[in-house]
Amino acid sequence: MTSLPETTQRKMGLVIDLDTCVGCHACVVSCKGWNTENYGAPLSDQDPYGADPSGTFLNRIHSYEVQPDQGAAQLIHFPKSCLHCEDAPCVTVCPTGASYKRVEDGIVLVNETDCIGCGLCAWACPYGAREMDAAEGVMKKCTLCVDRIYNENLPEVDRVPACVRTCPSGARHFGDLGDPDSDVSKLVAERGGMDLMPEQGTKPVNKYLPPRPKDQMDRPAATAPKPDGQIDVLAPFLKPVAEEPKGFIGWLDKALEKL
Amino acid sequence: MHPAPSVIIFTTLSGLGFGLLFWLGLGMPAVTGWVAFAFFAIAYALAVGGLLASTFHLGHPERAIKAFTQWRTSWLSREAWASVAALVIMGLYALGLVFFDARWSVLGWIGAGLSLVTVYSTAMIYGQLKTVPRWQSPLTPALLLAISVSGGALLAGQVTAALILLPIAAVVQVIWWVRGDTALQTSGTDMGSATGLGGIGRVRAFEAPHTGNNYLLKEFVHVVGRKHALKLRGIALVLGYAAPVVLLLLPFGHLLALLAVAAHLAGIAASRWLFFAEAEHVVGLYYGKR
Ligand code: SF4
Ligand code: SF4
Ligand code: SF4
Repeated sequence: MTSLPETTQRKMGLVIDLDTCVGCHACVVSCKGWNTENYGAPLSDQDPYGADPSGTFLNRIHSYEVQPDQGAAQLIHFPKSCLHCEDAPCVTVCPTGASYKRVEDGIVLVNETDCIGCGLCAWACPYGAREMDAAEGVMKKCTLCVDRIYNENLPEVDRVPACVRTCPSGARHFGDLGDPDSDVSKLVAERGGMDLMPEQGTKPVNKYLPPRPKDQMDRPAATAPKPDGQIDVLAPFLKPVAEEPKGFIGWLDKALEKL
Repeated sequence: MHPAPSVIIFTTLSGLGFGLLFWLGLGMPAVTGWVAFAFFAIAYALAVGGLLASTFHLGHPERAIKAFTQWRTSWLSREAWASVAALVIMGLYALGLVFFDARWSVLGWIGAGLSLVTVYSTAMIYGQLKTVPRWQSPLTPALLLAISVSGGALLAGQVTAALILLPIAAVVQVIWWVRGDTALQTSGTDMGSATGLGGIGRVRAFEAPHTGNNYLLKEFVHVVGRKHALKLRGIALVLGYAAPVVLLLLPFGHLLALLAVAAHLAGIAASRWLFFAEAEHVVGLYYGKR
């Protein structure tokens, strides 16, 4: 049923830390790896080794440069998968009922045997979180690894989404964002977690933690200020070891000079 | 948005077909017998042909019947119901006209109403999408209804009605274009809000997530051909609206009427191509594109 539930018992989702993500794309690979052989149709690739490769992914990493009015630009890696929105427009537009939001945990899923591949849900998603699989003709999207998180065949440590389990920098956190006492909710409160495109009214469950200022290079500091009030932390390491060559090199230098 | 030929053909033809059905339902022209048969055959060919074309872009057309289930929330599902209801009611009405020389007017009025509801539902599929600010406006159903009813009048041979409605449709079209040109800027969605990084500074897409193409870029980020937009708008206005009016004002002849319809169809197809090609989906912002 494509009517959205009034409320969901839990709001399972991800908290993505833009401060720690290093843009390694490991979660992209693990997501594709897990999801191509589990829930629903495989995630196909077209012309994978040819001139014009493309394929279906449920999670992708953008990189942005942000230039403040003053100071150095920051480079921010930006993972993006389905945000499991509370007011998911992708669900209500679906004519077949293939797209739905679960009452028990708020996960947004596609029942692929009902999907006619009209693509309207992807049109309705502002985040580009849905991709039509070109081989299968059905809509694919992040399942929040629904087949991992409740899977008692897996060791407990693995009962989190593949992307969360894989991330080497701990930039992806998984939990119940409907419970104010959960770790993820505390993290969001502490770090000022934000919504993407709040003006679209989708009320995303996933939150993004804003990046902290990346370094102190261009800030005035107490140690060894340069004439312009800046410090160069690498300067001591980059100083020449010897101004004048000595020993054999010194002799060689002089000998070559004379030639 | 990617201007898929199947969707352009579908919305153009079925819009015209349901517009013609609207006029036939009102009894204008008040035809019966074989003449009525010819009119209804054209209307059904356009409406049904358009609907069939629309199934070409489905990944699984064989499951299309499932699209009838979610009318509570989905305009696509409502469109499916409205179109079938309109076609069935108008079919019964046509039966009376063609074979029994009987006009069951109430049936005709209901059918005419349902034809308009069908066009409105089609328009609302686009008109309710917040992700495409150019479309999200009550002007979108107004435009598609105006085009359908005026084109229908042209096809139904309702010269006076067409002479009034075509210029009205042209005005709605121009207003729709002008509003649409600033819709994305005024929507409040930009790279800053898309990434949540706007508070820090100017956001620039540094590296895309993939070096190749993907579904999102193919479907939602169509920039080719936008540079011809202005020329195409001119073509759409001249062929779709102005030429039919001029041809109708000339002394009546079947050839001229046919020419008027052909010009109108070509113009509306151009307008519909622009409807998709010019539409910016906000997902493009993640790629630094629009
Ligand atoms: S991110 Fe997109 S696909 Fe996911 S729930 Fe929100 S609107 Fe739907
Ligand atoms: S593509 Fe499938 S899931 Fe998406 S709206 Fe169409 S039928 Fe529903
Ligand atoms: S939760 Fe699972 S499906 Fe979703 S992005 Fe992570 S790995 Fe992919």
